[in-house]
Amino acid sequence: MGSYILRRLASTVLVMGIVAVFVFLLLHLSPGDPAAIIAGDNATSDQIAAIRRQLGLDDALPIQFFRWVFAVLHGDLGISIFSNEPVLKLIGQRVEPTLSLALTTLIVAVTLAVSFGVIAAWKVGSWIDRLLMVVSVIGFSVPVFVVGYMLIYVFSITLRWLPVQGYSPIDQGLWPWFERLILPSIALGLAYVALIARITRTAMLDVLAEDYIRTARAKGVATRSMLLKHALKNAGVPIVTVIGIGVALLIGGVVITETVFNIPGVGRLVVDAISKRDYPIIQGVILIFSGVYVLVNLAVDLSYTLLDPRIRY
Amino acid sequence: MSTLVAEPALVAASKRSRGAQLRRFARRNPTIVAGGIILGLVALLAILAPLFAGDAVTMRPAMRLRPPSAQDWLGTDHLGRDVFARMIYGAQVSLIVGLAVAAVSIVVGTFIGLMAGYFRKVDAVVMRLMDGLMSIPAILLAIALVALTRTSVSTVIIAITIPEVPRVVRLVRAVVLGVREAPYVEAAISGGTPTWKILLRHILPSTIAPLIVQATYICASAILIEAALSFLGAGTPPEIPTWGNMIAQSRLFLSRAPWTIFAPGIALALVVLAVNLLGDGLRDRLDPRLARRM
Repeated sequence: MGSYILRRLASTVLVMGIVAVFVFLLLHLSPGDPAAIIAGDNATSDQIAAIRRQLGLDDALPIQFFRWVFAVLHGDLGISIFSNEPVLKLIGQRVEPTLSLALTTLIVAVTLAVSFGVIAAWKVGSWIDRLLMVVSVIGFSVPVFVVGYMLIYVFSITLRWLPVQGYSPIDQGLWPWFERLILPSIALGLAYVALIARITRTAMLDVLAEDYIRTARAKGVATRSMLLKHALKNAGVPIVTVIGIGVALLIGGVVITETVFNIPGVGRLVVDAISKRDYPIIQGVILIFSGVYVLVNLAVDLSYTLLDPRIRY
Repeated sequence: MSTLVAEPALVAASKRSRGAQLRRFARRNPTIVAGGIILGLVALLAILAPLFAGDAVTMRPAMRLRPPSAQDWLGTDHLGRDVFARMIYGAQVSLIVGLAVAAVSIVVGTFIGLMAGYFRKVDAVVMRLMDGLMSIPAILLAIALVALTRTSVSTVIIAITIPEVPRVVRLVRAVVLGVREAPYVEAAISGGTPTWKILLRHILPSTIAPLIVQATYICASAILIEAALSFLGAGTPPEIPTWGNMIAQSRLFLSRAPWTIFAPGIALALVVLAVNLLGDGLRDRLDPRLARRM
């Protein structure tokens, strides 16, 4: 077990190293001069030269890479070209809305999807099972921003039940905070719910066909206890795996959802950076989001032994 | 001699049976047929757009944000452009990007996957690179790639293809690892068959069924990512109508002119739905064990 964790940690470090190389090369192997790209179309040669100096672009590529990695490891993601502020500080200012949106969506979506999947598998072929199929097909096909605008149109503009868009910090009251997260979480979570509910249903169907479930039923275990204790726990590994893999959906979706609902989070930061070609911000956000994804999936891998004691490393 | 002349009754019977066969196929594979028909229609509309769709680019300031009418079937946008025409032309970009990304990522991914699965030395290095690439969320990677270069349809295709390649590589590699030790491959090796011939003749055919299914999912995902990139302003140049940039340009007019957002939104959802239906149907038909791609 200990050696497994060590090996798994080592491979995580390796993967993050490769991610870092990709993120670094994005800028440096692009056609053309990175300084000219950053400076934009109307830059003078003096401005371009200044950016070259600022970024140390005149050094050899490996030196630049190690200098960059060293800085990143010390919490320095570079300086924003546009606002001249440290990228990490800019991201830090935007973390709360993004984390609020992502965590609310994660909690609501996982709860809904797992319950939905368990019931669909228990009542296989029923209306709720068919409803799940419909929801999952829609969830995989309707893009986040289309769902978002439909929700805004129905619930905010037509019915006037919820605010149209924006974000209210959590320290200014729990309800205003939550109220503005309801529609964004539904839009962002739909595909995630579809994914997790489908896998939960499949995994539960496999487990419910096992002999020990029949035994449990025969000896009179209550349905609720049979479903949750006997079945769901044993269906846990594929469900937790897909929750981890699906975090990629959330991360990509956050960028779009924040744009639709005008939420001033990390996603908006990167979208605004695209039009300004503020490359240090784009690099920094990609690096952090990829790091989160890798760490979540590391946690998922390590959780297998807790869920299923038969798994030993 | 009479045997050479087809009996009219037999011809009718074979026609009937062909019709019956088609009906039976449709009954057994409703998702393939439904997805195929929707996609076929959309492709036809996209190809024939210049013949009937009308003018998608002319701005008519006097005609801003008009609701759907007999003249402008789906109304006009904030610049007075015809939403119906733009929606039809928008299908072109979506379909081209979807098909191109699916084709390129399958070709590149299959090549890398065959190499990684067959040659152990290549495997370790390539798969670590693929793990790294897969850890970067696809939309962010595509945004970064597009932001670097000047926007054009071909840059968008390349930017969406790169994050899709690792999924194909993993799939092909898994199939190759499965058949590499099969007796017929060992027989071919011991018979002195050249390696390229083993890869092409004996291993590649096993990958075709899962790859067809995978291609449909990649196509759906590419259409969604293209729309997202256009929506975020990191995609196809704004002067080319796409469903994503139509929605982005109409954002501020949601309450006054919802048709400007819902027309392209519904078109987008319908096409992705059709591709997904086709993929699910093909998966069930070709390989029931194949898990749906995440």
